[in-house]
Amino acid sequence: MSSFLDTALISNARRVWHPVFRQLWLLVLVLPGASLFLIPWLWMLSTAGKDTALIWKTPPVWIPPVYHWENFIKAWLQGDFAVYYLNTFYISGMNVIGILISSVLAAYAFARIRFPGRDILFVVVLSTMMLPRQVTLIPLYMIFSELGWINTFKPLIVPLFFGDAFSIFLLRQFFLTISRELDDAALIDGCRRLGVLFRILLPLTRPALAVVAIFNFTWAWNEFFTPLIYLDSPKLFPITLGLHRFIGRAQIDIQFLMAMTIVSTLIPIGIFFLTQRYFIQGIVITGIKG
Amino acid sequence: MTAHSSLSDFLKRRLTQRTEDVLTAYLCLLPWIIGFLAFTLGPLVFSLVLSFFQADLFTRNIFIGLGNYVDLVQDPLFLKSLRVTAIYAFVSVPLGAATALAVALLLNQKVVGLGVWRTVYYLPSVISGVAVAVLWMQIFNPRMGLINNALKVVGIEGPSWIFDSTWALPSLIIMSLWAVGANMLLYLAGLQGIPTYLYEAAKIDGANVGRRFWHVTIPMLSPTIFFNVVISLIAAFQFFTQSFIMTGGGPNNSTLSMVLFLYLKAFRQTRFGYASAVAWVLFAIIICFTLLFIRSSSLWVYYAGEERTE
Repeated sequence: MSSFLDTALISNARRVWHPVFRQLWLLVLVLPGASLFLIPWLWMLSTAGKDTALIWKTPPVWIPPVYHWENFIKAWLQGDFAVYYLNTFYISGMNVIGILISSVLAAYAFARIRFPGRDILFVVVLSTMMLPRQVTLIPLYMIFSELGWINTFKPLIVPLFFGDAFSIFLLRQFFLTISRELDDAALIDGCRRLGVLFRILLPLTRPALAVVAIFNFTWAWNEFFTPLIYLDSPKLFPITLGLHRFIGRAQIDIQFLMAMTIVSTLIPIGIFFLTQRYFIQGIVITGIKG
Repeated sequence: MTAHSSLSDFLKRRLTQRTEDVLTAYLCLLPWIIGFLAFTLGPLVFSLVLSFFQADLFTRNIFIGLGNYVDLVQDPLFLKSLRVTAIYAFVSVPLGAATALAVALLLNQKVVGLGVWRTVYYLPSVISGVAVAVLWMQIFNPRMGLINNALKVVGIEGPSWIFDSTWALPSLIIMSLWAVGANMLLYLAGLQGIPTYLYEAAKIDGANVGRRFWHVTIPMLSPTIFFNVVISLIAAFQFFTQSFIMTGGGPNNSTLSMVLFLYLKAFRQTRFGYASAVAWVLFAIIICFTLLFIRSSSLWVYYAGEERTE
């Protein structure tokens, strides 16, 4: 009898304690990796607030006795970062507008209308996603230079008003999840094809539009290669080029560099935290990288 | 008679609806079609043609057939960049995939605070390659950098990392692991899509943790792994920003990637024909490896049901 009670108690104890031990055990595994991923951030924050003497001190001091917030202001003013910020906002915003207009239309045609050549064209869209951009880079550069577009925002903006394969693909996938019966009902009621898109589909796919906008804004924000090729004068630089230019200056202080690196990442990080759900959903649906 | 006319009416309506559909479709696609011709297909053909020319911005273009390609094969700097790119891709991609998968497996165990950990691992993928490069330049700093200071604690005198031709490429590979977050999210989503009854059935059949991993998790996750590795490989072949910013391809060209080589030829020396040939070699390599990988996929990728192929 007592042995039966013992077993019952032990199994009860196991039921209560086993999950707790399991969690502890899991945390022991998760924490070291998570700290490795976090440490560069903390180090960047700590370095940005140091003075020159403290930077070179070994062993390093993690929490500066005085955090020099003024480093951020000094570096911001030294490096024309207000200009870079404005440029980046402009370029990224225009990218999003262009991509949304052109890709919504294309995605709608692919998802909803039957027309000759649809499948072939869609395969073309998919294959352009795989195309490394270096292959078209040099002719594009020559064309844009012929048009007098070098050292303007046009090469960074105009092509995106003609559709973006990833966005077309993503929006098409979203449109496909909405029942076709809604279209048919609207068509019978005398709605035109484009009316269906604007009155029925778009209001229902606002989250998808948000995903496309968020992704493209962040990508445009982080883009380095294209502006590097097309922009020469610093007053047109986006933040990535600005940061690169900042390193190029002779004898730039590391704390200033770290401060401006933090500043350059504030917008993408802010967007990520505000729209985390959309972000993760978008990555999972399309399998693309953030 | 009335039945007949209403039928023809009906047919006419169907026909006009069909015409309207086709017109609307092509109207919607017009921007993309124009863009595809002007910004993708045209330049693609142009760049292939250009690769057969000795071409720069200022002199006349001379047709030299395969001359650029012949020169490339004999250009030690290009061969170096080929080797650097191959090492980077074939080390960083498997290493990144393994890291991402390991983290995803761990986070899939209903660990407390999942959202927090997921964010911690994902956050480095949100910021620009430039910001990552600038930060890691300082982390790798031989004197005040994080890594050598940490090594000093355990009594190791660290190397000069990005300033040392032996360690520069490994440094870039280590750095690339910081940005495996997006892959990790995809693996996590893949893991959460595996139905639990498979694990329960395996458990009843007496399969232990290891066997459940090899015989349930890996096959069910293989489409995700396949997709991730293909995309990462394509991206790794095009690595540029890290080298350009952190090392400029050095020291001693030890981090000279193919795209950096292309960039230098095209935009520092304006050798557009030669650079186009580089682009096409890169393109050919990417196509070959992607096709090879897709071919091999029938051997090891398991698709459950037809709906996965859509």
